[in-house]
Amino acid sequence: MSPISRGFHGRREPDAEPSRVPPGQYVTDDFPVLSAGPTPHTSLDMWTFSIVGAVDEPKSWTWKELQSLPQETVTVDIHCVTKWSKLDTTWTGISVDTLLDGIETSAAYVLAFSDGGYTTNLPLEDVQGGKAWIAHGFGGEPLDPEHGGPARLLVPHLYFWKSAKWVRGLELREEDEPGFWEGYGYHNYGDPWKEQRYAGD
Amino acid sequence: MERTALRGRLTWQLASVVELVPETARTRSIALDPPDWPGHRAGQHVDVRLTADDGYQAQRSYSIASAPEDEHLVLTVERLDDGEVSPYLVDELRGGDELELRGPIGGYFLWEESLGGPLLLVAGGSGVVPLRAIVRHHRAIESRVPLRLLYSARTLDEVIYRDELTKAESGDEVHVRFTLTREQPEGWQGYARRIDRELLADVAWPADERPLVYICGPTGFVETAADILVSLGHDAARIRTERFGPT
Repeated sequence: MSPISRGFHGRREPDAEPSRVPPGQYVTDDFPVLSAGPTPHTSLDMWTFSIVGAVDEPKSWTWKELQSLPQETVTVDIHCVTKWSKLDTTWTGISVDTLLDGIETSAAYVLAFSDGGYTTNLPLEDVQGGKAWIAHGFGGEPLDPEHGGPARLLVPHLYFWKSAKWVRGLELREEDEPGFWEGYGYHNYGDPWKEQRYAGD
Repeated sequence: MERTALRGRLTWQLASVVELVPETARTRSIALDPPDWPGHRAGQHVDVRLTADDGYQAQRSYSIASAPEDEHLVLTVERLDDGEVSPYLVDELRGGDELELRGPIGGYFLWEESLGGPLLLVAGGSGVVPLRAIVRHHRAIESRVPLRLLYSARTLDEVIYRDELTKAESGDEVHVRFTLTREQPEGWQGYARRIDRELLADVAWPADERPLVYICGPTGFVETAADILVSLGHDAARIRTERFGPT
């Protein structure tokens, strides 16, 4: 039980439905940027998306090939471990299910990898069943580089560091391996509703 | 890349406020005495949690301003006009109050001597806070790693730790440069514009000396500084960034 902070009243969010805001989060209309390093700028001609690792045959798509796959537009709430949540964000992209279709694998985990060296790990089932996308559009516009464009992983049910910016592929793995922030003490799974911010939460 | 995982669980604890120091019109330093502090590394942050009398809670992250060697754990907080937690910390909190926090947090945006250098620290506004911890740590351990700090603020009055950072300048080892973007006092000798390619090329180590770079500030500032340094030939993998504020 936390003691009362003398003189603190707080600013309730009148518009936010409490059922949509995980514990310890506040709602913002801004779209803050958090990255560990400079924003990479990869030309779309050079860009590919790959599925590698524990698969019979690695697969790869060029930017153009990716655009020719079925596109989905989804409206979801996103939750950053640094405490902000943004409700009703609209993204356009390709369901990870579409990319995994026809791939035989014994993997139980994925390690997403990005330009700039960023990685993040997730159970495979968390990117299956309509829960994850390779998103290249935000609010009807191409995704800005500082927000992860040309494309980022979108896994809105987990803290947003799992939605790797500048994503270039998924490595399917039989064994779990911590990604970038997970290796620096952030939670391995990152469920915002259980407030799994840091290792041990 | 060095990987040092945080050990154990980060539990909430109540730290007494032992001293409050106004730094500028908008910022205040809060010296704390957490009962169970495992120590931190320069550049890390803590989570602070406030609780209203009806149980409503708000959490935010704040950079640690003190060196690991300092007597107290110090946070320097800037009041955001539309903020929920920062106005309380800057205007309401009093000596003797207790503040709930947990940490230290963050394993990447930090410097310790084993990481080497030379060091280039680039601060925009209150982004100077974690970099000031690095400067203090550097001095406390009497590091010989060459260090350059470039600090961009709007006006001289908004420069946090002005005297301390000015005095940190020492011989060939530590260079501190300020740029004031909005207003300069008469006779100002420092830079007087927003960071640009020429300014950064002037202050930064040449790319072939492979400096380790830490940039902290508002997003636009960090994006600009990082993009320019990459275009000057700096290795993106040696540039660490921390950003705050709306886009």
